[in-house]
Amino acid sequence: MAAPTDPTPRLAEYAHPERLVTTSWLAEHLDEPGLVVVESDEDVLLYETGHIPGSVKIDWHTDLLQPVERDYLDGAGFADLLADRGISRDTTIVLYGDKNNWWAAYTAWVFTLFGHEDVRLLDGGRNLWVAEGRELTTDVPTPERGDYPVVERDDTTFRAFKEDVLAHLGNGPLVDIRSPQEYTGERLHIPDYPEEGVLRGGHIPTAHNVPWATAVAQDGTYKPRAELEAIYREGGLGIATDDSVITYCRIGERSSHTWFALRYLLGIDDVRNYDGSWTEWGNAVRVPIVSGAEVGEVPGKAKAAQAA
Amino acid sequence: MTDTPALPAALAEIREDFLALPERERLQLLLEFSHELPDLPERYASMPGLLERVEECQSPVRAFAEVDDDVVHFYATAPAEAPTTRGFASILAQGLSGLSTQQVLDVPDDFPLMIGLNRAVSPLRLGGMAGMLTRAKRQVREQLAA
Repeated sequence: MAAPTDPTPRLAEYAHPERLVTTSWLAEHLDEPGLVVVESDEDVLLYETGHIPGSVKIDWHTDLLQPVERDYLDGAGFADLLADRGISRDTTIVLYGDKNNWWAAYTAWVFTLFGHEDVRLLDGGRNLWVAEGRELTTDVPTPERGDYPVVERDDTTFRAFKEDVLAHLGNGPLVDIRSPQEYTGERLHIPDYPEEGVLRGGHIPTAHNVPWATAVAQDGTYKPRAELEAIYREGGLGIATDDSVITYCRIGERSSHTWFALRYLLGIDDVRNYDGSWTEWGNAVRVPIVSGAEVGEVPGKAKAAQAA
Repeated sequence: MTDTPALPAALAEIREDFLALPERERLQLLLEFSHELPDLPERYASMPGLLERVEECQSPVRAFAEVDDDVVHFYATAPAEAPTTRGFASILAQGLSGLSTQQVLDVPDDFPLMIGLNRAVSPLRLGGMAGMLTRAKRQVREQLAA
């Protein structure tokens, strides 16, 4: 019982127009049966200061991640979380959040690992909704419990681990979504900022640097399809429709934003997000790293060329 | 090693207030703190460049621990869309201001992990407050050395 697709012509250009909704469409469909709006923010308190009427909160850190192991919740935990938020397996979920939807896209990606079919992003996120002066409330809904099955997470189709990235080198595009300073390795240490320490700076060999913001317009909405094509396809990164692509950033949230664009707006089927990202790679023993602006070569290839 | 000094009264009270609440309600208290972050004094409000800008991937915050006749005042500003950061800054503004320089330097570095927010907020985010505290201590040391 999916909610209707937002018919806005701008969205119809995308490969999967049903994956985005505009703020005006959402404002008109807040009472749509079978639709649940979910806010996911970097800031754990932002929802409490005011949110889209009827929306529920899911926090990436305290809800989606396990408290001890660095991994996401399991099928039973996911079923319980979504049911608690009034979500059933056939519910249309519209996600939005702060920071240009980084965490909303990250949550959408985790929901996709569990195969939830109808997951959409509010184009422009919380910023645009607020900028347009649309309604916010501090009323927290108490939804009727949803009916959600226990589904095993699929960690192969849209998720890449460190070993997958190593095997991927030289076999497909790798997109580094971080800032240019993080990519070159120039910026590693944040003074007096103790957490998230990373030992080494630079990037994974062959990765091209396309910061996440490249994909969005001034108002935080995704750029029109033609502009996205120019960035990621011919004339840009040169990604082909049948390429296997991996995206990464620092902890996997900004790269979820680009993962979403590649997978659903440009329709590239095989796009995996490496959530270990630089906080794993930059601390791992004996993995290849390139510092500086050059993309670098696949390790082994250079050696083979020398020997020849 | 000497004995660890007891927490200064204001910080001890903040800690007790958080720990007295069930975990879910502790977020509400942090939200109240975020509303209570004092406005900057005029000299900083008109010249925000005097405050140290903290470059980080997380929310932007400007903060400064000022020493006046061995008494510390902690000032900070963070945008409304970063209520967690505002809450952290407000806890430090209320907990550190008025202390002597030695009392501030004696505050345990892991104070942010002692107030019962590890599960409701997450240790990673609390690292943001730990960073603010570390910087405040450095600023105090620099002024003592000057």
